[in-house]
Amino acid sequence: MATSEVKNTPMLEVKNLSISFGGLKAVDSFNVVIEKGQLYGLIGPNGAGKTTVFNLLTGVYKPNTGTILLDGENITGRKTIEINQDGIARTFQNIRLFKELSVLDNVKTALHNHHRYSTLEGILRLPKFYKVEKEMDARALELLKVFDLDQQWNYKASNLPYGKQRKLEIARALATDPKLLLLDEPAAGMNPNETAELMETIRFVRDEFDMTILLIEHDMKLVSGICEKLTVLNFGQVLTQGDTSDVLNDKRVITAYLGE
Amino acid sequence: MDAKRIRIQNGITYGMVIAFWAVIQIMDKTGNLSSLLKGLLVPLCMYAILAVSLNLTVGILGELSLGHAGFMCLGAFSGAFFTNCMETAMPSVGLRFFLALILGAAVAGVFGLLIGIPVLRLKGDYLAIVTLAFGEIIKNLINVMYIGRDASGFHFSNKDALSMGMDETGVVIVKGAQGITGTPRAATFTIGILLLLLTLFIVLNLMHSRTGRAIMSIRDNRIAAESIGINITKYKLMAFSVSAALAGMAGVLYAHSLSTLQATSNNFGYNKSILILVFVVLGGLGNMRGSIIAAVVLTALPEMLRGLNDYRMLIYAVVLIIMTIFNSSPKAIEMRSVVMDKIRHRKTAGKEAA
Repeated sequence: MATSEVKNTPMLEVKNLSISFGGLKAVDSFNVVIEKGQLYGLIGPNGAGKTTVFNLLTGVYKPNTGTILLDGENITGRKTIEINQDGIARTFQNIRLFKELSVLDNVKTALHNHHRYSTLEGILRLPKFYKVEKEMDARALELLKVFDLDQQWNYKASNLPYGKQRKLEIARALATDPKLLLLDEPAAGMNPNETAELMETIRFVRDEFDMTILLIEHDMKLVSGICEKLTVLNFGQVLTQGDTSDVLNDKRVITAYLGE
Repeated sequence: MDAKRIRIQNGITYGMVIAFWAVIQIMDKTGNLSSLLKGLLVPLCMYAILAVSLNLTVGILGELSLGHAGFMCLGAFSGAFFTNCMETAMPSVGLRFFLALILGAAVAGVFGLLIGIPVLRLKGDYLAIVTLAFGEIIKNLINVMYIGRDASGFHFSNKDALSMGMDETGVVIVKGAQGITGTPRAATFTIGILLLLLTLFIVLNLMHSRTGRAIMSIRDNRIAAESIGINITKYKLMAFSVSAALAGMAGVLYAHSLSTLQATSNNFGYNKSILILVFVVLGGLGNMRGSIIAAVVLTALPEMLRGLNDYRMLIYAVVLIIMTIFNSSPKAIEMRSVVMDKIRHRKTAGKEAA
């Protein structure tokens, strides 16, 4: 990361983001700045509003106030599919794969907006269909290879072991060619070995794809291992943010997690 | 990647339909075809088309629709109406039938789109209830519709033929509950099979394409599909209206196999919709070949068993149960795959030996 050069526009800049459900302020004046290429962590106790922030960023919820700038472009209030096309892709806390589709087709579905042919060209099997499908296959396999899934390309997604399903979800998100990748508890349900492998993969994705990554995680080993900066949420509000080691040693953070 | 396997699977399905056609042709030429079976041939094709098209909505899109007979009804009446209207303008029955098929499919497709816009916002049971209602509404609206034509053009009424106020040159084409009469019976078994092949071509190719993946991704996980930039509304409507259009086409085929077309509960009621759904569920959701087999077996069976009188429905029920087990029970599916593996294994072993 070139910090010494002229200051670039940050990849994500969120100002004063709030949403309430009924009387509950789920997220209250949330601010964050994520530079390009950063690996950023969003942590906090259960119910702090972390996933709600993801849902706001990806247009699942419309914020009551605040603005979201992606690479300098205001994407506040846009629809989920528009935001995906603008360059934010995500994974889910509880895995959401296309269970009945093959591993390969899961990724190919995500290439939908990048490799196009019309429905009619598809039905009539015109030359463009074969050409584009071939491109899609090649691209999808390339991505699967990164996650060591290429051998299982024809498995039904639901038949993959748990750890691989998580990886496939990341591969699928990457297939939409995002600028910013949101990972919602990628290590949830993984054993220490799988978590260690996942950390390697996340780091690799950042370097290989030049990706900016924002992740939610409870596994502190993973967070302290790969995140460069952290934001801590508690009861919908930012408790503190800054460099990982500083934040994790902050008294208030320890109190929020463990109580007084 | 997967293309070869899919091509083989689709080839089997097409081959099965063509083989069925060939067998019937041979039976017909050698005089082994009973008149009972002969009368069943066009309905068999029609039910197969309906089952495949409904499978697109239920199996591929994953939405439960109970109004399929309504779309078939729309296609049947618009097709028959066209054929009767154009009698003088286009003397060729074949050409009229051909254009009627296109028109019937188009009308049903447009209605599928219009109905789909409000209806596809619902899920599960609610969607089933509303589509059921739409099917009944369509049938009942056609039942009270009178359309006639005289020198000054078309006349329309929802009361009776007289209130259209036509002059002496007037001809009533759609006669309310009496329906449309005098449609030429142009539908043949060969045309039916060709239409079934066309339906298969459209549905199978749609399934295994960019569009099909988008549709199936919505079925498997709507939220994830949205998150990777799939336009949910667009693809839902597309699947629903293509399904409706194909049902409309089957309706036109049906209309041209009868001299009198009436919108009765027997023809286009919800029972018909449920019957088609039974074919789809028994054949396996998303399994087009299964849909065809189920449609053919379950349509032909009650007729074939007529000689057994009292035991007819008993055997029908037993076959239903066996088919359900064979298609849906996990153990049966496991057993099938084991058998298939063995066959495949023997094949490769044979190749190696050679």
